[in-house]
Amino acid sequence: MTKSRYRTFASALAVGASLFATQGWAQSDITIAMQLEPPHLDPTSAAAQAIDSVVYANVFQGLTRFMGDGSIVPSLAASWDISEDGKTYTFKLHDGVTFHDGTTMDAEDVKFSLDRARAEDSANAQKALFAGIETVEAVDPLTVRITLKEPNGNFLFNLAWGDAVIVAPESIENIKTSPVGTGPYTFAEWVQGDRVVLQRNPDYWGEQPALEKATFKFISDPTAAFAAVMAEDVDVFTGFPAPENLPQFEADPRFQVLVGSTEGETILSTNNKQPPFDDVRVRKAMAHAIDRQAIIDGAMFGYGTPIGTHFAPHHPAYVDLTGNSAYDPEQAKALLAEAGFPDGFETTLHLPPPSYARRGGEIIAAQLAEVGIKAEIINVEWAQWLETVFKGKDYGLTIVSHTEPMDIGIYARPDYYFQYDNPEFQKLMETLNATTDEAKRTELLQQAQRIIAEDYVNGYLFQLAALSVAKAGVQGLWVNAPTAATDLAAISWSE
Amino acid sequence: MLRYALKRLISLVLSLAVASVVIFAVIEVAPGDPASFMLGVNAQPDTLAALRAELGLDVPRLERYFTWVGGMLTGDFGTSYTYRTPVSTMIADRMWVSLPLALYALTLSTAIAFPAGIYAASRRGRPGDIAVMGATQLGIAVPNFWFAMMLVLIFAINLRLFNAGGFAGWENGIWAGLHSLTLPAIALALPQAAILARVMRSALLDILGEDFMRTARAKGLSSRQALWRHGVRNALIPVLTIIGLQFSFLLAGAIIIEQVFYLPGLGRLVFQAISSRDLIVVESVVMLLVFAVITVNFLVDLAYAAVDPRLRSRT
Repeated sequence: MTKSRYRTFASALAVGASLFATQGWAQSDITIAMQLEPPHLDPTSAAAQAIDSVVYANVFQGLTRFMGDGSIVPSLAASWDISEDGKTYTFKLHDGVTFHDGTTMDAEDVKFSLDRARAEDSANAQKALFAGIETVEAVDPLTVRITLKEPNGNFLFNLAWGDAVIVAPESIENIKTSPVGTGPYTFAEWVQGDRVVLQRNPDYWGEQPALEKATFKFISDPTAAFAAVMAEDVDVFTGFPAPENLPQFEADPRFQVLVGSTEGETILSTNNKQPPFDDVRVRKAMAHAIDRQAIIDGAMFGYGTPIGTHFAPHHPAYVDLTGNSAYDPEQAKALLAEAGFPDGFETTLHLPPPSYARRGGEIIAAQLAEVGIKAEIINVEWAQWLETVFKGKDYGLTIVSHTEPMDIGIYARPDYYFQYDNPEFQKLMETLNATTDEAKRTELLQQAQRIIAEDYVNGYLFQLAALSVAKAGVQGLWVNAPTAATDLAAISWSE
Repeated sequence: MLRYALKRLISLVLSLAVASVVIFAVIEVAPGDPASFMLGVNAQPDTLAALRAELGLDVPRLERYFTWVGGMLTGDFGTSYTYRTPVSTMIADRMWVSLPLALYALTLSTAIAFPAGIYAASRRGRPGDIAVMGATQLGIAVPNFWFAMMLVLIFAINLRLFNAGGFAGWENGIWAGLHSLTLPAIALALPQAAILARVMRSALLDILGEDFMRTARAKGLSSRQALWRHGVRNALIPVLTIIGLQFSFLLAGAIIIEQVFYLPGLGRLVFQAISSRDLIVVESVVMLLVFAVITVNFLVDLAYAAVDPRLRSRT
């Protein structure tokens, strides 16, 4: 009798325990923190990555999309055909897709979205993505035909950007404050300065995601970020701003740390038209004067991958050219002497606010001083950087992370702020754009990487790391950041 | 009295007008174009022009100034460049955090400072006084953001009594809202309390040496009764002046504390607006704060005049 009673008690306990376990299993909401708050929620009319971090693939979808590994897969387009000459793309859209306001998503919406992005008065921050489009036609409600002026091997990639998502004419007016898309999550609430809340879309055309509700919190101060994760106020912090605290999280079983790669090539941008930087020997000397690993250790607490050209190391077409600019101060001095600067020279080093620039800049200035180059550090805010450095081209050196994916094409723009003008490279980029064959494209991309590495256009420093901290039970987070996004549909709780 | 008030009012309007010119000029002259900030490095010239037109930035500066001032006179603060919502609603939303926070901190600091200051004055030169003065010295010396971090470390991370930051929102009840403002309010209040306690103590000590205090004692009041009935009441005048000053400081100066606790208040709004070149928001919030300070001064001037008739005739 006593025994059986004991057994009943034990099984009751077990039931209780399993109830608790089920409760843990059933956690269906998540709080994700990031540093910057989106200025508004329309990914098609601003450059702010924070917008994509909240809405990309969650609220808004495009014809194609990025996956966590950087691959491009169909999204609203179920399939497509590319004509023989590479100029006509015919997209078949998914059937039964509706916007969050109940209206149907069809070919007319695609036409509206793409025409709006490339229109004369368009405020799209990446208008160049759509520049090659000749016409967009809605053939029937589920078929869209896009004709290009020239074949473009990057076209499906371009359509995956957050700036190319499909929006509806019915809801475009208030898109900035109440976004209406086709994605698995609907916009629920935005308390400005604090949080954005997304809710699972019960009418989603695809598979229902695991999480019911997601709250995005915006915590800009690194110390506050550390405290918020430590106190378990947030479940995930993407783009964690205090790399010095990561070992502490790694050692704590409550948390997991994800270290991946971004599309951010961090470079010592050099004004190629301003003497003495118009001399390739000077640029080469600087490349050899820089100790990349020391910068990564000192400025990024060891997180980051050294690069020797302007290309992401995780990309299949990447060539490791770090050997070209190996740390060798003696050679740097010899090159400077050869170029006519045996005692070095003076220049300016403009540093925008991110810590990679401010902390990295101090180290680079010290390393350049070793070989006689005196770089005067000038700290600037982003708006000022855009004005003087980017637009005004009034600078010697600056440090910036170029976060756009696959942006080696900027070296083909002679009016771009580092003013590199090489007809051979420009021709190569034209050929690349017109090439759709993958193997051929890889070869051309590798050639391009070599040209800019051997011309020492800029000091190639390191690939910016993607750092996230999450509670141990969160799974499905992107480790790498091929584009700014928080793919909620992939995230779930284990336990 | 009416003449005096009118004069003060004219000087108030003039100060506001001058302030609006200075604020507009300083903020507009600083380099950085809001449109190119929003569109980033890949923006094309025609896109930039389109956005500038949309934001009304293509209008000459002088015209924009008058539109801005004219709008403010009718309660229209314009529309934020980045958020695209009316600035007045943004400010109103943030006020619901900043104003209660300032009041909460002020209440705490007064509640701490009054007893501490009175106690120290009544124990002048004795260990109790020295201990309180030592503590206030420390309170003034410790930067409030560091103190805030310590509070988070102890009460949020170790003891788990509070959240590390964020604001629960008044819609979840007054208690939830106050709870999330408690740590920031303490962090803001302590340095203020330290100052206030010292002012309270020295004001009291001054008064304790006055003749009427001796008279009060001679009448047969105990030293405690004399202190409360005549001392504290008279010491309130300088203390209230300090409290007034502290309130405007708490309202405008919580920028760092709002960052540390990521509270959606006015300070954070200004901070974000400055870094994103949301000029219209910066201009309007700064103008509003100037307006608040000048108005408080105006009211204080009037109050002085009401108390002290000599002021009226002299001006």
